[in-house]
Amino acid sequence: MAIVFIPTQLRQLTNGIEQLELDVRNVRQVIEELEARFPGIKQGLCDGDELSPSIQVCVGQTLSSRGMITKVAADSEVHFLPAIGGG
Amino acid sequence: MTQETKQDYRVLGTRPVRHDGADKVTGKAVYTADVRPQSMASGFILRSPHAHARIKSIDTSAAEAMEGVLSVATADDLPDVTDKIADLGEGSVNLSYLSNNILARDKALYRGHAVAAVAAINVHIAEEAANAIKVEYEPLPSVTWVMDAMEEDAPLLHDDVFTKSGNEQSEQPSNVSVHLNFQQGDVQKGFEEADVVVEREFKMATVHQGYIEPHAVLADWNQDGRIKVWASTQGSFTCRQQTAEVLQVPLSHVTVVPCEIGGGFGGKIAVYLEPVAAILSRKAGRPVQIVMRRNDVFEATGPTPGAFIRVKLGATKDGKLTAGEAWLAYESGAYPGGMLGPGCMCVFSCYDIPNAIVDGYEVCLNKPHIKAYRAPGATQAAFACESVIDELAGKLGISILELQQKNAAKEGTRRVDGPVYPRVGLVECLEAAASSDHWNTPLEGKNRGRGMASGFWFGCGLKSSVVASVNSDGTVNLTEGSTDIGGTRTSIAMQIAEVLGLESDDINPRVADTDNIGYTDVTGGSRTTFATGMAAYEAGLDLQRQMTDRAAELWECNAEDIKITDGVFSVNGHQANFKELATELFKAGEPLVGRATVAPECSTNGFGTHLVDVEVDTDTGKVTILRYTAIQDAGKAIHPSYVEGQLQGGAVQGIGWALNEEYFFDDEGEMKNASFLDYRMPTAFDLPMIDTIIVEAANPDHPYGVRGVGETPIVPPPAAIANAIHDAIGVRMEELPMSPPRLWKAIQTNQDSD
Repeated sequence: MAIVFIPTQLRQLTNGIEQLELDVRNVRQVIEELEARFPGIKQGLCDGDELSPSIQVCVGQTLSSRGMITKVAADSEVHFLPAIGGG
Repeated sequence: MTQETKQDYRVLGTRPVRHDGADKVTGKAVYTADVRPQSMASGFILRSPHAHARIKSIDTSAAEAMEGVLSVATADDLPDVTDKIADLGEGSVNLSYLSNNILARDKALYRGHAVAAVAAINVHIAEEAANAIKVEYEPLPSVTWVMDAMEEDAPLLHDDVFTKSGNEQSEQPSNVSVHLNFQQGDVQKGFEEADVVVEREFKMATVHQGYIEPHAVLADWNQDGRIKVWASTQGSFTCRQQTAEVLQVPLSHVTVVPCEIGGGFGGKIAVYLEPVAAILSRKAGRPVQIVMRRNDVFEATGPTPGAFIRVKLGATKDGKLTAGEAWLAYESGAYPGGMLGPGCMCVFSCYDIPNAIVDGYEVCLNKPHIKAYRAPGATQAAFACESVIDELAGKLGISILELQQKNAAKEGTRRVDGPVYPRVGLVECLEAAASSDHWNTPLEGKNRGRGMASGFWFGCGLKSSVVASVNSDGTVNLTEGSTDIGGTRTSIAMQIAEVLGLESDDINPRVADTDNIGYTDVTGGSRTTFATGMAAYEAGLDLQRQMTDRAAELWECNAEDIKITDGVFSVNGHQANFKELATELFKAGEPLVGRATVAPECSTNGFGTHLVDVEVDTDTGKVTILRYTAIQDAGKAIHPSYVEGQLQGGAVQGIGWALNEEYFFDDEGEMKNASFLDYRMPTAFDLPMIDTIIVEAANPDHPYGVRGVGETPIVPPPAAIANAIHDAIGVRMEELPMSPPRLWKAIQTNQDSD
């Protein structure tokens, strides 16, 4: 089971739940599962059916550029972070 | 084949002469302004004299009628790209903001905002014609300080920007475009457990990247609809994409030729001139060159954000941090989209803090649209956090080094924003500081003090492509897509040389235009030696696989039986090094061309620690840097001289940020110091030699252990210098820059309160 961390600003939609275990294979499934449990949360993570450009997903220690198709291994952590531009 | 690996490198860690060195020091290197085709026209941009104004009309007729004028452009010549988001590899951009920043449509949002452009037979006529363009403005109130811009009654820049906070949005338009919040643990409980708590507020001025070469472009819109652009850019592919998206032409119709670049530091990723020069070229029927003047660079290209930050930290009496709280407000300039995210993620990134909360706000105001500057957002955050850490250490009666060592982030530490660090090197940097000659040499003398601070930057991977073509003598032409700003031709070439058992000089690296190499992301994010170097390594392996297969035919054996040791192929008494085998294979069969594309998805997690000794002239407030040591984890220093150069360059830019650099605005929002004469950057006369210590805690995500090093060195200097000033004279500076007048005033205030 992957451990999905709920961004602080979306925890009002999860009744304060900060993290939960989900049986998922990729980020799209993470978001679908979250939306099914906490309606409205997808709006804070996505722009339409894609991950919002202002968000990057971190699976384990990997900052993925693959968005919704990013694979999620069992026991890995999933974080939704602000997107970063470098110098 | 069997690849035998070892830890002692032949090429890596040596200091060969850079491949572009001779051209650079003899003036032969070609920069964008040097490209001057015979039929070239010169462009000039007309800019807003107002910091905030509605554009009621633009009359270009007088300019168009002038002799020698070839074309005139305004925003009406650009396609409407309202609210389209374009993915640019490293981050995305709202094309409507990008297009409006290139040529203002309805409003000028900062002084220097481009409103029209002219191409003429020479730049003097172009300037005269631009000044003949009649623009009717309705001046509006402006705002140039982040806290003022957050006020409810502040002049509003955009009536379609709302505050986004999670999945909520403000009902009323606002200059505050983003609210971020991270939280872990129980912050209230954490502060209750603390024996000592320190809280302070800090202000930082807007500063510029200060690259020596101004923005420059040459664009040729051919009659077949294809556009060729010569540019000073950190990323030829992102330059191509932005140009194509703004002009709404297919990517394949735009070719970007990256010329040599005289510095970028994050400020040469966005396009400013390219689409304008292209439009002028299309209308003029000839190539158009535009070179910004220095005041244009200051007034119209992306500085790094001014900010207000409040940091509160608590620790037990034995020096363990129990809680942290940070509140950050960052400027984004004229449009949304700035450096708040990394600022919030970096503010506590050096520490293991079990309970912490970070609140951040990104704010539009009447300054140029903010752009990245080496570890964007992190220097401001570190100035605040590391100043409080130093004060906390003082109250605990221990050194800042000891406090940092007790709480340093390491493998397994969870950042406030969530992720857990893999293997990182902050502990090793602190150990290097503790055992350094600098730390262990007593500092004596009146008004002298020593400071220390640490810093962090993520570093990224992104996408890179290289092609390695083997010549008949076994030397290699290496084509890559990363524009070379800091010597990366050589640091990339050295990595393929190491794989193949060649010398650095056997590799001929070349930065190709966008038609001649696979997609490659920007030279930024401290990624080029890491990621494009990884591609070069993989291309080397690709060549070895091909050569092994062909050698198996030559030597009548199975390819799997061939061993490669130090680049030497051997089996059953046959033996050949790379050059020997390449020469042999060239005689019969197809040419050898290796290729690789990579997209490593990881942070390279660069930590650094800086030590500085200063002397303060209390009569004038002038700070003299007596000694400076920059320590950083490079993972593996491919070319130590370049790593040292990055550490030194970053430290010097950080010292300028700390002591002198700032945008001065008058009440009308006009920058009053838009020249290098008045915008005071440090020179060799101001500084001692910057000493460096390279720590090598190998990055597990790179075959040679490389971490990006380019950005972290700018993070610690302002905090380290502030801490040194406090050590010297007991004054805690809360504002950047700590310029003589500001420090003198603080000294007087401190004396008055004593």
